[in-house]
Amino acid sequence: MEATGVVKRFGSREALRGVSFKAAPGEQVAVIGPNGAGKTTLLSILAGISKPDEGEVGSTSGEVGWVPQQAGLYRRLTVEENLLLFARLEGHGDPRGSVEEMLELTGLQERRGEIVARLSGGNQQRINIAVGLLSRPAVLLLDEPSVGLDPRQRSRLWEFVSALADRGTTVIFSTHDIQEAERYGGRLLVLADGEALFDGPPAELREAVRREAPEAADRDFETAFVAYLHHRGH
Amino acid sequence: MRGVRWLLLKDLQILRRSPMQAVLLVAYPILIAVLVGFAISRGPEKPRVAFLNEVPAGTRITVGGAQLPSANVKGRICSRVECIFVSDRGAAEQKVKSGEVLAALILPANLVNKINSLSTLTPGVPEVEVLVNEENAVKAELVDDRITTLLAQANLAIARRIGTEGGRYLNLIVNGGEFKALGGSFHILGLRTSAKILEAVTPALPPGLQGPMKEVASFAAQARDNLDVAKPLIARLAQPIKVGKVVVGGESPPLEIFAIAVAATLTLAFVVVLLVAGSLALEREENAFPRLTRGLVSTSGLLAEKVLLGVSVGLVVTLLMLFGMQFFVPLELSRIGLWLVAILFSGAALGAAGAALGAAAREVRAVSLLAFMLTLPIAFLSLVPSGAVSPAIFDAIRYVTALFPFKPALQAIAAALDETGPGIGGPLLHLTVLFLAYALIARFALRRFAAA
Repeated sequence: MEATGVVKRFGSREALRGVSFKAAPGEQVAVIGPNGAGKTTLLSILAGISKPDEGEVGSTSGEVGWVPQQAGLYRRLTVEENLLLFARLEGHGDPRGSVEEMLELTGLQERRGEIVARLSGGNQQRINIAVGLLSRPAVLLLDEPSVGLDPRQRSRLWEFVSALADRGTTVIFSTHDIQEAERYGGRLLVLADGEALFDGPPAELREAVRREAPEAADRDFETAFVAYLHHRGH
Repeated sequence: MRGVRWLLLKDLQILRRSPMQAVLLVAYPILIAVLVGFAISRGPEKPRVAFLNEVPAGTRITVGGAQLPSANVKGRICSRVECIFVSDRGAAEQKVKSGEVLAALILPANLVNKINSLSTLTPGVPEVEVLVNEENAVKAELVDDRITTLLAQANLAIARRIGTEGGRYLNLIVNGGEFKALGGSFHILGLRTSAKILEAVTPALPPGLQGPMKEVASFAAQARDNLDVAKPLIARLAQPIKVGKVVVGGESPPLEIFAIAVAATLTLAFVVVLLVAGSLALEREENAFPRLTRGLVSTSGLLAEKVLLGVSVGLVVTLLMLFGMQFFVPLELSRIGLWLVAILFSGAALGAAGAALGAAAREVRAVSLLAFMLTLPIAFLSLVPSGAVSPAIFDAIRYVTALFPFKPALQAIAAALDETGPGIGGPLLHLTVLFLAYALIARFALRRFAAA
């Protein structure tokens, strides 16, 4: 997945200012930054939901799966009915086979007949991701996937996502949780006010903090990150 | 368009999964439609009026000393209102005060004598008494209108009877014949015969009397001719102005068919507009819209699916309603092909309007409220007849209602139900134009919110 010089404007406000980055197969990229940094806008452009005003995005390896922040599911349908609907809309030759595969992947076989509205937030998010995976994407985009989940559900979610990356899927996710980004993001893309401030592994961000904001270098990662943003004028 | 089939199936599944919503969606418009239909097709029930007749039994109006046959005033009044017969004035007052009756009509004992006095040198004023309880302005107006109409009809009946009898007496005077009065029968010579006799006897009279006798014979002939002319004049006095109704435009089906068309169109409009607008807004509320339009289905395909959903459900509900109405008012089942055409065109135009609404709103609740707030007033405005409001307001109503598919849908369904109304072609063309216009608006609105 590659983005080059992506610019997006909403009226006179520039939400993204020439953001560029690359993600290799099997890589897990965490997009982090304060509110309004442009994380969701970037993911929407990568997903093809909105178009950039300038710059280019593309995936050389195939389909791009997208998992919105709020589950894009029909709450009055069952787990199975949701998966079957999207499998049919994707034009799968064997939609029922694809549903079985996704139920197994998410571990929700026993809850297949349950109305989605009655599932916990974590399980709804798993179905949300499963729908995103139905197109068998080479790249999976997740917009704040762990919002509203309890620690146990978060842990299961990341276990599931990491397994996908291990199988070669490029995973790009946005998050507000800096610890989560450090733990599950092999690479971090730091956005602030639409600008890419940093692109690299978490250890390199630590180094950057040590260089630019030495007073916060030995603090926890979140405090160090905030000090880094402050030092860069954000 | 492969996705349309699966989305339609999904929407029907969701509808089936929400039985309360589905029942309300269907039952509520049918209830409103049936109520409006009945209100339009049925005039007000006969008002209840207390009736006290104090005129002694057998008293008749007399003309020229002869009693007229009964004009059956009581029968005529009681065919127009539900007469509650009371025995005295106190009972009449009590029924009016308690609201059991709208008014009380009292025919006083001297009424007929007063009517009879009209042909004497000392005419009286015949009066009837009306007791009313004007507890509110609407009721007061209603009572005034009803009683005025009833008395006008009673006066007309009496005048006709007097006119008929007067004409009969004139005929007797002109042509002669038997006159029955006071239990006996008298032969009346008549002016015609008198003139003939005078003409016959004049030559036999002395020359000095022949001149005056000829003058008398001439007077008898003139009187005969002029009284003959007076007969139709007397007959016309009973009803000087005759109503000659000429329909110059605006053919319409019978009232009960029009009422059924109103009920069916209201049902179709509510079901289709609410369902299409609601199900489109649901795609946004469920956050599924961006997922769907990322390549799974086009915005045009999504709109087509919603309109198809509205038309399918609307068709079933409207047909069920029409078949139900069949029990009350026989409909021409041979015209069912036209029913289907009218419902499909109407449903498509209403569905496109619903899609435009649904595309403009973000929440199902908001869009449902919007659909109600728009459909109900437009439906009622569409029923305002010309002449009921000022020409300027009526023109404004015409333009507003022409922009929404309710009125052409009503015209199309009325035309499909009955052949006596105006043709179906015009309304179908109007619906087609509105369908295209609303589909364009909906598509534009969807693209706008997809980009937002």
